[in-house]
Amino acid sequence: MTALVANLRNAVAALTFVALATSSYPVAAQQPTSVDPTASAVSEQLLLQQFKAIQGRGSIPDTKSYTIEQPAGRDWRHFHEVTLRWIGGAAILGILVVLVIFYLARGMVRIESGRSGHTIVRFNAAERFMHWMTATCFVILALSGLNITFGRPLLLPLMSPEAFTAWSQWAKYAHNYLSFPFTIGVISIFFMWIAGNIPNRLDIEWLRRGGGMVGPDHPPAYRFNAGQKVIYWIVVLGGSAIAVSGYLLIFPFYGTDIQTMQSAEMAHGIIAMLFIAAMLGHIYIGTIGMEGAFEAMGQGTVDINWAKAHHNLWFEEVRTRSEPHLAQQQPAATPGE
Amino acid sequence: MARMKFLCDADRCIECNACVTACKNENQVPWGINRRRVVTINDGKPGERSVSMACMHCTDAPCQAVCPVNAFYTTADGVVLHSKDICIGCGYCFYACPFGAPQYPRVGNFGSRGKMDKCTYCAGGPEPDGSMAEYEKYGANRLAEGKLPLCAEMCSTKSLLAGDGEIIAEIYKERVAKRGYGSGAWGWRTAYRETVTS
Repeated sequence: MTALVANLRNAVAALTFVALATSSYPVAAQQPTSVDPTASAVSEQLLLQQFKAIQGRGSIPDTKSYTIEQPAGRDWRHFHEVTLRWIGGAAILGILVVLVIFYLARGMVRIESGRSGHTIVRFNAAERFMHWMTATCFVILALSGLNITFGRPLLLPLMSPEAFTAWSQWAKYAHNYLSFPFTIGVISIFFMWIAGNIPNRLDIEWLRRGGGMVGPDHPPAYRFNAGQKVIYWIVVLGGSAIAVSGYLLIFPFYGTDIQTMQSAEMAHGIIAMLFIAAMLGHIYIGTIGMEGAFEAMGQGTVDINWAKAHHNLWFEEVRTRSEPHLAQQQPAATPGE
Repeated sequence: MARMKFLCDADRCIECNACVTACKNENQVPWGINRRRVVTINDGKPGERSVSMACMHCTDAPCQAVCPVNAFYTTADGVVLHSKDICIGCGYCFYACPFGAPQYPRVGNFGSRGKMDKCTYCAGGPEPDGSMAEYEKYGANRLAEGKLPLCAEMCSTKSLLAGDGEIIAEIYKERVAKRGYGSGAWGWRTAYRETVTS
């Protein structure tokens, strides 16, 4: 009995469906005959003109994969392959050529009055430790970074691909992990030497006279002259910028997307190349460019005659602090300066 | 020699994601990596289209150009492959790729991404064709067996086409001419500097 009722119900339902379908047919016939399903379809060209990347909805957990196309990668590639190599090559080779010419023309800048044999402390142990920690990290970071930009055209042809990969892998890890002591070094340098590196009126005079390297004599200076202040601010500002852009790359997708990472890489590369060029100049003056300069950061002490010539006002300060009874005699002792 | 390409006819894609699944299975792709994915643009709005996207095996591939260790190579068929033994996991190919193809097994803090993985056009890697070493690193090498990538081979609506670029472009053109519309060969202008017009 129940089976019969169920069958009847199905039959009625089927008949109703057929009736509905046939009655609605004339309505469908009144629709336009040619339908263009692409009339409102999204177009790749239009989307690319509107946005930097085409994005949609996906069904896998990786939301990065919802970006279907981002042609900006082509521009970034051009930067990485061409622009950065030109900037780096020009900056680094340029500064090297300038330094060689300068050395041939001027030679090592001597201590004019010779060495006195007496020394005073210029940088204490903590200062030297911070300097050399930052410097060591910088050299390794610079070489491992240059390997990413120039290694493939310059170094890879000289070794097997496996050896180059092994070296690049180590260089990459060194680059990533030494960034931390480097950043600590930059922050320490900022606080350690900020007192002596605020620009003042003396710096204008110093720059006008070309400092002790270019000019004929040493203009008056306190603990740091204008040239050293420039290096200080390059390290502090350049080091900060390079640290920030680098950490964006070391922690991918923390508040960044591909476009911001591309920009961060570009900033990181350009600043790094200019930073390396500036530090080559710094290394030159600190070693073969100037007599008596290296020992300031080497042993921490400088010859009194060097201090008098290069940083006369700082020398007076130190002397006044350590031997107050000499302070009165000083103006009479060096009337010529 | 054929120049292998992919072409996704977005007017036919029904977003079934079978290409994604087939790829994962055929190549034993690790967790978290999808060499192919389907993305729906303008989802739920008039004119929405789904596109199946993977590595497009670009002409003059950007990943190959920016790789600092030269891990990539392009085969005679125009397939862009890479060596996981050479890759250092720096992430540069991922910055350069217009299609988000290169992926890494790990998130990548402190540069610990691991070796890059991407679509191989079911053509394996530098190891001998069909070897176990090749299969473990890159998955199947169907091309060496005379077969096309599985994603395109099993596409139920034949939306995803793989094969010689000229032939699949011709098939697409015929379709567009017959049905009277086509939303274009997605990614072709970016990948191959050309497009398919009917």
